[in-house]
Amino acid sequence: MREQPSEKRIQNFDSVPYGYTKEEVIQEARRCIQCEGGPCETHCPVSMNIKKMIREIVRGRFEEAFFTMKKDNPVPGITGRVCPQESQCEGVCPFHQTKNGINIGKLEAFVADWAMERGIKEEFHIKEKPQKIAVIGSGPAGISCAVDLRKWGYKVTLFEALHKAGGVLQYGIPEFRLPKKVVDYEVSYLSEVGVDVRLNTFVGQNITFEELRRDYDAVFIGTGAGAPLFLRIAGEELKGVYSANEFLIRVNLMKSYRFLEYDTPIVCGKRVGVIGAGNVAMDAARCARRLGAEEVHIIYRRTQKESPAREEEIQHALEEGVWLKELVSPKKAEGSSEGWLEELELYRMKLTEADQSGRPRPVKIEDSEFRMELNTLIEALGTTPNRLFLNRASELEVNQRQLIEVDENMKTNIEGIYAGGDAIRGNATVILALGDGRKAAQAIHEYLSEES
Amino acid sequence: MNHPIVKKKKLNHLNYLIRVKAPQVAERFQAGQFVIIRMHEKGERIPLTVAEVNKKEETITLVFQVVGKSTLELSSMKAGEALLNVVGPLGNPTKIKKIGRVICVGGGTGIACIYPIIKAMGRAGNEVTSVIGAQTASLLILEDEIKKASHQTFVATDDGSRGYHGFVTDILKRLIHESTAKEIGEVILIGPAPMMKVGAEVTRPYGIKTLASLNTIMVDGTGMCGGCRVFVNGEMSLTCIDGPEFDAHEVNFDEVIRRLDMFKEKEKLALENYKKKEKNHENRWKKGSHEGTAF
Ligand SMILES: Cc1cc2nc3c(=O)[nH]c(=O)nc-3n(C[C@H](O)[C@H](O)[C@H](O)COP(=O)(O)OP(=O)(O)OC[C@H]3O[C@@H](n4cnc5c(N)ncnc54)[C@H](O)[C@@H]3O)c2cc1C
Ligand SMILES: Cc1cc2nc3c(=O)[nH]c(=O)nc-3n(C[C@H](O)[C@H](O)[C@H](O)COP(=O)(O)OP(=O)(O)OC[C@H]3O[C@@H](n4cnc5c(N)ncnc54)[C@H](O)[C@@H]3O)c2cc1C
Ligand code: SF4
Ligand code: SF4
Ligand code: FES
Repeated sequence: MREQPSEKRIQNFDSVPYGYTKEEVIQEARRCIQCEGGPCETHCPVSMNIKKMIREIVRGRFEEAFFTMKKDNPVPGITGRVCPQESQCEGVCPFHQTKNGINIGKLEAFVADWAMERGIKEEFHIKEKPQKIAVIGSGPAGISCAVDLRKWGYKVTLFEALHKAGGVLQYGIPEFRLPKKVVDYEVSYLSEVGVDVRLNTFVGQNITFEELRRDYDAVFIGTGAGAPLFLRIAGEELKGVYSANEFLIRVNLMKSYRFLEYDTPIVCGKRVGVIGAGNVAMDAARCARRLGAEEVHIIYRRTQKESPAREEEIQHALEEGVWLKELVSPKKAEGSSEGWLEELELYRMKLTEADQSGRPRPVKIEDSEFRMELNTLIEALGTTPNRLFLNRASELEVNQRQLIEVDENMKTNIEGIYAGGDAIRGNATVILALGDGRKAAQAIHEYLSEES
Repeated sequence: MNHPIVKKKKLNHLNYLIRVKAPQVAERFQAGQFVIIRMHEKGERIPLTVAEVNKKEETITLVFQVVGKSTLELSSMKAGEALLNVVGPLGNPTKIKKIGRVICVGGGTGIACIYPIIKAMGRAGNEVTSVIGAQTASLLILEDEIKKASHQTFVATDDGSRGYHGFVTDILKRLIHESTAKEIGEVILIGPAPMMKVGAEVTRPYGIKTLASLNTIMVDGTGMCGGCRVFVNGEMSLTCIDGPEFDAHEVNFDEVIRRLDMFKEKEKLALENYKKKEKNHENRWKKGSHEGTAF
């Protein structure tokens, strides 16, 4: 796939891949040998009919390819760009071994964009049903649940705390990886099918969970896991220290990379450290490069091999001049008398036997402290569910990690209340959240059909 | 949903009052809570305390001080125009109960923020002493309203142009000296962070329960960004969902004050840029109208 050269793309926030041309997409699709059993399909969390999509692309029948995708995946323009394909569909493709797997995600994104440009949409006739359903949160889990239920005729109201719908797709994943045009298009679909979208409504605070339980026949909770975790080291109060969430919300949702045209500021220093090595850390590091940071260091206690980020993201980050500091862990941050971050003290680490996650466990090397000069520190340690909502819906059963407990049908311990996405999984993926939303919609549909 | 401004009033050369249609907030608001507004598609999310609500008219009243680009722009909006978003009520309400004697200290624009608390404390059967102050007499806001709602009111100005010549915290000190400290059930402080810091030190030796409403920089106001973090008793708290009121004796005010100017350079740039744009706009308009009168 042709991409913006790295020295050019760090000057802008535009999409990194240029996208296929018609000829290129057909050429790529032709390489597929239509494996027996479709291993790619069984490794797609929503079991998309990939082989059929590819056959249609080969014939240049993009509209058919689009509808094939849409049957299982409501947002192919998004998943095609952000799924960790190497560990799902593309990872089992026989060509993957030779580092030349079929670029399923890119095919998907091409077809979705093609349909978006032409305004091609599924048509369906809604047969209105009387029951009302509340969906909390407008991330991928909430969107997919709301759309499915609406198609079956339920009256769906979706509540979102922020001023824009889309969840992490909107506020977390940067423009150069997932253009907001694509997100806005998918989100606008909600209103088109008649989902009542209530933005600026923080459930638990502006409207209570009890009210929703009282006023709706069923509730789906797709509130994600958006609250940042901090290291809890000395110096986190310093100016120049951000959670990755704050950094990314300012950049993506509030568009501070276009500051002065947009009002929300961001301060990004010349020397930036990013703690953690997942997708979120890579996104923050790449944004920092684009905001003019000269040196950006990913600070990771394990090694690149153990990083949970998508392969493509790590490669892109490295190409863009992001440094990966492996086997180090922060001890404390220190600042100037005015309270600005100046230095980070770190330990060196070594890896020992595997922990529960199956990854080697990092341990501190004694007396290995060293210092780095930094003026911005971004903590990307992962996030956890918003405690305000959980405190105010205290009858919901949660586990030790504050994740909502559900059964195999996404039902919580309360009758008629379902949950999915990061709210039950912690930091997972877009496609898993989507799958949860769909599964919950199915379960809610069955529950309400039984009832009436 | 749009939120029309139904009333706008200039209180003095720095402070403005706007009354905005916001049914959801008006219905649920409790003293001590705030909203986050956005003026337009490119605007910031600005936290502002609710000074008053009118349930019947479904409006909320906001009083703000012009300190930078966004508040300057807000001050230029007229009745009839609308805010793009209002989300709220956010934050925890003040715990209102019968305590006995309560001292409410408001400084600057903080006077508007403490006004609903004074009223609610009074309604709950407390004897409310209000201490309000500003830099100078012309900047003193809501004096009559506060006097009406309180049992006793003291006024201070930094330059002595009205009331006591000095700070509200000096009056607070005097009030504590004059009464036995035990009489004072609670002190609530709302104003600039340095004022609240001094206030906390005034009450600390007497062990009087003291609350301060913090105005840290916020983005989402829902506990998702961590930008509003403060250290209370050494523990990290989020002002938007754990506050905005905290035990003033446990807050690390130095950190709060330092963090408030994190974006200062950028804010200055935004303000200059905005003023320049406005001026060009004005000049163009003037020139245009001049040309229009050619005969
Ligand atoms: C920076 C970043 C990069 C990522 N990159 C990838 C990637 O490349 N590929 C991938 O597959 N996954 C990626 N992920 C993970 C993925 O985005 C999430 O797993 C997914 O978005 C979870 O979806 P969700 O619907 O459960 O929740 P979210 O997307 O988190 O949405 C939840 C929504 O609910 C709202 N909400 C929360 N509480 C309330 C309430 N009480 N009332 C009303 N609204 C509420 C929130 O404001 C939010 O909009 C990334 C995550 C981040 C943060
Ligand atoms: C809970 C809460 C309640 C508040 N209530 C009121 C009120 O009733 N009346 C009032 O006049 N002001 C209030 N403020 C402060 C008000 O939000 C800021 O003055 C305003 O955002 C400044 O915007 P600006 O662009 O005009 O100024 P800027 O030039 O952007 O900033 C000037 C100063 O304002 C503060 N500030 C800037 N951005 C923010 C932000 N996003 N959140 C908080 N503070 C910021 C900073 O200290 C900054 O240095 C409140 C703040 C909080 C957190
Ligand atoms: S949805 Fe994701 S996993 Fe499934 S085919 Fe598309 S890119 Fe692959
Ligand atoms: S695994 Fe690869 S080659 Fe086989 S059908 Fe899927 S995409 Fe085609
Ligand atoms: S304003 Fe973002 S966490 Fe409080």
